[in-house]
Amino acid sequence: MKARLITAAEGSQRRNSALRISPLAARFVVLLLLCVGLATVSESFVTSGNALNILRQASLLFLLASGLTLVILTGGLDLSVGANVGLAACVAGVIIQSTGSVTLGVVAALACGTVVGLINATLVTVFRLPPFIATYGMLWALHGVTYAYMAGESIHGFPPAFRALGSGYLFGLPVPLLIAVAALLAGSYLTMRTTRGQEIYLMGSSPEVARLSGVPVGKRLFLVYTASGLMAGLAALVFLARLNSAEGDIGESLTLPAIAAVLLGGASLFGGVGTLLGTAVGAVILTLVLNGMNLLGINANWQPLVTGVVLLLAVVADVIGRRGDTQ
Amino acid sequence: MNATASVSSGARPLRSVASLPGVAWALIALLLTFATAAPNFLTMGNVNNIAAQSVVLLMLALPTTLVIMTEGIDMSLGAVLSLAGVVLAMVLVASGSPLLALGAAVGVGLAFGLANGALVSVLGLPPFIVTLASMGVAQGLALVITDGDSIIIGEQLSVLVNGSLAGLTMSIWLALAFYGIFHVLMHRTRLGFYASAIGGNPEALRFAGVNIRLYHIGIYALSGASAGFAALILTARMSAGHPSAALGAEFDAIAAVIVGGTSFEHGKGRLFGTLVGVVAVGVLRNGLNLMNVSSAIQVSCIGLLVIVSLLLDNLKGTR
Repeated sequence: MKARLITAAEGSQRRNSALRISPLAARFVVLLLLCVGLATVSESFVTSGNALNILRQASLLFLLASGLTLVILTGGLDLSVGANVGLAACVAGVIIQSTGSVTLGVVAALACGTVVGLINATLVTVFRLPPFIATYGMLWALHGVTYAYMAGESIHGFPPAFRALGSGYLFGLPVPLLIAVAALLAGSYLTMRTTRGQEIYLMGSSPEVARLSGVPVGKRLFLVYTASGLMAGLAALVFLARLNSAEGDIGESLTLPAIAAVLLGGASLFGGVGTLLGTAVGAVILTLVLNGMNLLGINANWQPLVTGVVLLLAVVADVIGRRGDTQ
Repeated sequence: MNATASVSSGARPLRSVASLPGVAWALIALLLTFATAAPNFLTMGNVNNIAAQSVVLLMLALPTTLVIMTEGIDMSLGAVLSLAGVVLAMVLVASGSPLLALGAAVGVGLAFGLANGALVSVLGLPPFIVTLASMGVAQGLALVITDGDSIIIGEQLSVLVNGSLAGLTMSIWLALAFYGIFHVLMHRTRLGFYASAIGGNPEALRFAGVNIRLYHIGIYALSGASAGFAALILTARMSAGHPSAALGAEFDAIAAVIVGGTSFEHGKGRLFGTLVGVVAVGVLRNGLNLMNVSSAIQVSCIGLLVIVSLLLDNLKGTR
């Protein structure tokens, strides 16, 4: 395990110095090829309605994957993001319906996501649980709380002001897309232009160096896991507004696609490598694949299978690419 | 060196009881709580019930112990168990032969285990992400081949659940046999020793000329095949195969292994601890059931059990 971490770190350094841009460019090429392929096999792909639909779906996926990217950059993982969306969406839905206040619902969802992130951070830093175990436990705990909270009920019908978050337009662009772009800009500033961001990269690429050079590792871990929780809360609002309904199992199918989007975007599971722009491209690629299956009339039951295979391919590419770098 | 010591101490159950981690205290606390809070808890019928419910969990937790000793994890177990369950039900309905059905289920589990093991050992991919992806694949396959529906098998396998021999149900005999097999594998064959070495000191194994890949893949294959076998008991109990019947079952298994004192570092494994951990998780689920706590909240309680056990271990300094 240790030997592997060191090679990952060396790989990331070489990649950063020599070919920083090309992995991202390669992903844009994949994206283009997918578009061309889908346009030739399906006529409805090139309609503006479908294009906006894809961007809207990809925006939601990106919001969820953006916080997760920060966690993965530190070499950690957050498997609870999907379940976090489920609980935050249900809490927000119930509050909006019972109080009629959209503001209160929005605050509740963001607070709920953030608290879950704080608990994850505590489990990882204070109890020293391996991140995937801690957040995996959190996944099932959140499912449990959500099911108990909803008690099998589902709620639907929200005020138009709230639904605009998911299906509205501003300056001719879908609102979720604008939210995602804002998140991308803010997140990219944090990771690329601040000391905190650089420390997050360092923690992932060379944990030992980070610790010895005085990076407040615990504080930064709190930052990334809380950010992941907060973004899950934000994604929950967009998701809820678009679905216009909520029930206990609402976020269940979102975790695997979110992880797949991050890895498709070029981030390494070993930490220290990846960008938010890459994750955004990864989110669009995965959405294109799933959307394409939809257009070709393939049963939605195939989606977990395809997402699993895509995730596996992305990991294989990550590990083999890294090996190529170091040799 | 440490690894060797912990493996050999596991061979003497009495001594490992004495050195049992926090789970022993947690289990005693649970038993006392439920004995006072739930009047039906200490009846013979309920004890049998706990045992019956824990059989599938034990069949997943034993191989998980070996996997975790290699510093790995198998997150796909629940999904593979569900897939094997529907395959078993389909083959049983189509052919009427329980043996053929069991063979198919074990075959499915074995295939997933081999694939997981190969990806982890040969390509060097991180186990949690490999098995997370195969979880998606198994879950997807189960949905695709059943179209999301249950496959009813009727009472064909009920002898496994209701039939009894010398006062114990058949499924408990199967679980005991399973434990026996794993005890032998762990303490009387090279597999157990190598499992802890793959996690603790793979370099030494490599220098000793051991074919690490063979054993590493073998451990994941064992894990998948066990899930396939557990599908027999699960399907018999439910009288049906359902594509999402056991999703998340690996969570209980991992929890049982962790509270049983097996550590994610240095290849320390405690098979007997896992048995106690399985009983603790089984008792917790059963007691909460008797107290009408929803199965959803039970999961949170299992998570709490893990954290409390880890805390107790930290206090005692056993880890």
